Amino acid sequence: METDDPNRRRFLESALAGAAMSAFPLPALAQARGHGHVVVIGGGFGGASCARTLKRLEPRLAVTLVESNRIFTSCPFSNAVIAGLRDIADQHFGYRAVAKQGVALHWGTASAVDRQNHRVVLSDGSTLRYDRLVLAPGVDIRWDGLPGYSEEAALRMPHAWKAGEQTLLLRRQLAAMDDGGLVAIAAPANPYRCPPGPYERASLIAYYLKTHKPRSKLIVLDAKDAFSKQRLFEEAWKVLYPDLIEWVPLSQGGQVISVDPATMTLVTDFASHQVAVANVIPPQRAGAIASLAGVADRSGWCPIDPTTFESTLQKDIHVIGDAAIAGAMPKSAFAANAQAKVCAAAIVEMLAGRQPDDPRLINTCYSLVAPDYGISIAGVYHAAGGQLTDVTGAGGISPLDAPRSFREQEARYAEGWFKTITTEAFG
Amino acid sequence: MRLVNSVLVVGLLLCGPAQAASRKEPLPSPPGASACSGCHGAGRSIPQLPGKIPVEIATALQDFKTGKRPATVMDRIAKGFSDDEIAAIAAWYGRQRP
Ligand SMILES: Cc1cc2nc3c(=O)[nH]c(=O)nc-3n(C[C@H](O)[C@H](O)[C@H](O)COP(=O)(O)OP(=O)(O)OC[C@H]3O[C@@H](n4cnc5c(N)ncnc54)[C@H](O)[C@@H]3O)c2cc1C
Ligand code: HEC
Repeated sequence: METDDPNRRRFLESALAGAAMSAFPLPALAQARGHGHVVVIGGGFGGASCARTLKRLEPRLAVTLVESNRIFTSCPFSNAVIAGLRDIADQHFGYRAVAKQGVALHWGTASAVDRQNHRVVLSDGSTLRYDRLVLAPGVDIRWDGLPGYSEEAALRMPHAWKAGEQTLLLRRQLAAMDDGGLVAIAAPANPYRCPPGPYERASLIAYYLKTHKPRSKLIVLDAKDAFSKQRLFEEAWKVLYPDLIEWVPLSQGGQVISVDPATMTLVTDFASHQVAVANVIPPQRAGAIASLAGVADRSGWCPIDPTTFESTLQKDIHVIGDAAIAGAMPKSAFAANAQAKVCAAAIVEMLAGRQPDDPRLINTCYSLVAPDYGISIAGVYHAAGGQLTDVTGAGGISPLDAPRSFREQEARYAEGWFKTITTEAFG
Repeated sequence: MRLVNSVLVVGLLLCGPAQAASRKEPLPSPPGASACSGCHGAGRSIPQLPGKIPVEIATALQDFKTGKRPATVMDRIAKGFSDDEIAAIAAWYGRQRP
């Protein structure tokens, strides 16, 4: 048997996997080698990308994607929906292309993981056996994280941090508000989904107010003293929205410590703010299935190996996307997609009994400050000291003091990125 | 070994050479390459990479890295890759079909 040529060796090994996967009676071998079935929980940017990449890299692998909703609603670009610049329908993606690729779709919510028997339990009682499991459940709101805030309160003070009805609610509230009203955004402490998201949202809401309700004001009450792309945002706000946006950092009493939806009041250490529209972005944690599966630590997020994205707490379970503790990588759709591809490649290698290479990942988050004004932050990451770490000398933010044409160009690239990433994940 | 060999034969028969040949990525992509398609893909404002000849990609990345070629974001990304890594990514993309 000639196995020196890596090309050929790889082909032979995948042929082996193919045989194991077929109906041909070789189940003992399949089980002995651990080949076979990868189950992915969560069909968002991370999970859908991972399931598709697994099938693309190894068509003979059985891949099942478990997802609660038949239509995915994208958070990226949902701030433009809130500002009335975009239709919610442009945020919707189905799974037809994912299914066409040979991924088995299992509609339902995973409610437990039986690690002993390698089984996922679904809320309808059915179970799925896995050889390797990928968790990509995104985030859940910590409903106990902010006194006064609750699922009911969110109907008055939307978070709009999971896109869909919440996004539309915030949009309707802004549309219904009188000119001259005060809008507040409560921004959380790190870590949370999409670090620049609250400030992109502040920008696009300011754009809406400036265009439609110019006597109104926006206040950002922040549980932090610094934020992503801060100098770029502040530079742009000065030019585009002078005197419209006020940012109150933690050290000046910005942290919201309780809310009262009945009176539309946000309470900080120093003051009470009564507002017309309140967007409360509460603390978050990994989607509930992560702690049910035993892969979340006390922080509520999931520690992982930076080469394979396998949980450091449980064998044979990988975690990608927002739910993972990915070192220097932020919680973004870009990162979830990049991690999904690295994780899928690692799983294919591991199932074939090989050690995956150390990966290199990229993240880039575009933000729109206005429809034709884009800015970005980028990073390149490698595994070092058991963490995903910035490659020194790379990455950073768009240049300050760049001409308007540069910002227009990045706004166009942001649109291009959205089209690319949603096509990669959903086809 | 005997068992493995017979399984291989079965595998080859079942999959057939046509399917094996249609495999798009015969080797794992080099580190970093899979992240490029987060931007370079269906979105038309950012240029496509698959099908470009390797020297085009490598030259572009080197020029982004040194600042010789102006960029909005590629300068920041290219600085994260060594010359060897750039060469490997360029060669790999050169083998992908558009
Ligand atoms: C306002 C806003 C703007 C943003 N803008 C950007 C941006 O411009 N660029 C960017 O890169 N990122 C952006 N993000 C961040 C981005 O949305 C997330 O980082 C990304 O969605 C994370 O992907 P994921 O796969 O981890 O989770 P998700 O995309 O949230 O997917 C999780 C999926 O898992 C499913 N699920 C969860 N639990 C279960 C279960 N037990 N059983 C079955 N299914 C389950 C859910 O239904 C969901 O479909 C933004 C976020 C917000 C809130
Ligand atoms: C954040 C999005 C993004 C990512 C990720 C990205 N690129 Fe780019 N790429 C761009 C943009 C935008 C341009 C146009 C130049 C600019 O403004 O930076 C470009 C230009 C290029 C060009 C020149 C293409 C031409 O036709 O002129 C090459 C080659 C290239 N990128 C290669 C890569 C490689 C290789 C990677 C992965 C290591 C990569 N890019 C990752 C956005 C991206």
